[in-house]
Amino acid sequence: MSLLDKLDTVAAARKALLPEGIDVFGTPIEEVYSSTEAKIGGRRILFLGTNNYLGLTFAAECLQAAHAAIDSEGTGTTGSRMANGSYSGHRALERELADFYHCQSCIVFTTGYQANLATISGLAGTGDVVLIDGDSHASIYDGCRLSGAEIIRFRHNDMADLDKRLRRLGERSRSTLIIAEGIYSMLGDRAPLADIVRLKNTYNSILLLDEAHSLGVLGQTGQGLVEETGLISDVDFITGTFSKSLGGIGGYCASNHPQLDQLRYVSRPYIFTASPTPATIASTRAALKLLHDGIELRQQLWKNVHQLYSRLHKLGYQLGPEPSPVIAILLDTPQQALMLWKGLLEHGIYVNLILPPAAPDGKSLVRCSVSAVHTSEQMDYVGQSFAELRDSIFQ
Amino acid sequence: MASDYPEILQKLCHHLKQLTGPDVEILPQTDLINQLAIDSVKLLNLIMEIEDEFDISVPINALADVQTVQELANLIHQIKSAKQ
Repeated sequence: MSLLDKLDTVAAARKALLPEGIDVFGTPIEEVYSSTEAKIGGRRILFLGTNNYLGLTFAAECLQAAHAAIDSEGTGTTGSRMANGSYSGHRALERELADFYHCQSCIVFTTGYQANLATISGLAGTGDVVLIDGDSHASIYDGCRLSGAEIIRFRHNDMADLDKRLRRLGERSRSTLIIAEGIYSMLGDRAPLADIVRLKNTYNSILLLDEAHSLGVLGQTGQGLVEETGLISDVDFITGTFSKSLGGIGGYCASNHPQLDQLRYVSRPYIFTASPTPATIASTRAALKLLHDGIELRQQLWKNVHQLYSRLHKLGYQLGPEPSPVIAILLDTPQQALMLWKGLLEHGIYVNLILPPAAPDGKSLVRCSVSAVHTSEQMDYVGQSFAELRDSIFQ
Repeated sequence: MASDYPEILQKLCHHLKQLTGPDVEILPQTDLINQLAIDSVKLLNLIMEIEDEFDISVPINALADVQTVQELANLIHQIKSAKQ
């Protein structure tokens, strides 16, 4: 099969699964009105799939900071930090993130995907082992592949299974990097961090926690699962993204290990990527302050989460195991998921559609992302729409 | 090939039948993806079952060179032998 024939096979598989005329995985957004509303297909649509957990994409402080940075430093850095230098904003954001986590140092990356790619491939290498949760994000899988280390999976959030796999490694557990996520993007459930920490200490391994979906969402100051559990000093490396609660794009790794800074010299995704733009860095710095002080935003976020989760639960939808800003509705077939996704769009609600093999256990998912700036009326309307669609989905 | 190879192949086929159904014919030269339609995630989950069955660690990187049932059986045999 030729290179291009392979892509034709992909196109045929997609065509067989998805109806003509709907670009499910590339929905054109014609105009953005606010953090929660946009124009799609000529209609006003409610965003319910954007990971904008604190609703900061239109925060006045962030907009102002980004505008000022463009005016003073231009639109881009046009190269990597190793080749073109670090702007004052890059260094300032790294200090601010290190202070935010009360840890020694932090490195900023151009995307959240690259934060995992760069950190994992910089830490682990040939002869090492990475032990990852089966539901890990693609950036974790890809970072592991890039590292050249041996990749072993454990069953999602199953601590007996993690224990068993660490035991099998014997002495090699000492050169093993365990990777978990604060909140998993597929089902919205938290990692059992206390148990993971206990195992990593027992087997003398290193622990990396990805707080991409939990930053801004969990903990008094929004640090994530490390703060909610009080276990920050037991986690060796924390990665995360600017593209969710911080409303921008970029990523970071924070740690108390002094070796973290050496990643700047060995990590290819850091070395060979243009650094984040001045506007991105400036808006992220402003957003980090809002996130840190955003206790009321978090309270409102969780109020919305509980309102929608309990409504969907009462309606009989099969949901992820616990309420979180990622609310996953599990469906048995891709056809059911597509019908629900389409029905919600017709009701003026835009959510995420996830089909096998991307969704776990052969299921299909319709995934909602709740925001602090959704109103109670909007959550009520979403619940009502799910109620109206239920019978047609499960007939 | 060592004496436990037939047992490995037999156990592997048993696990594969859990995915394909009992009526599908599985031979050593059967292609896992093209003939048994085992997608990437199912294959990764199968590896966890195999690890537990044989009490071994199978790095998923090693699957890059595996296409057929026989090649997977060989990989398991190789890891199992190295452990003993």
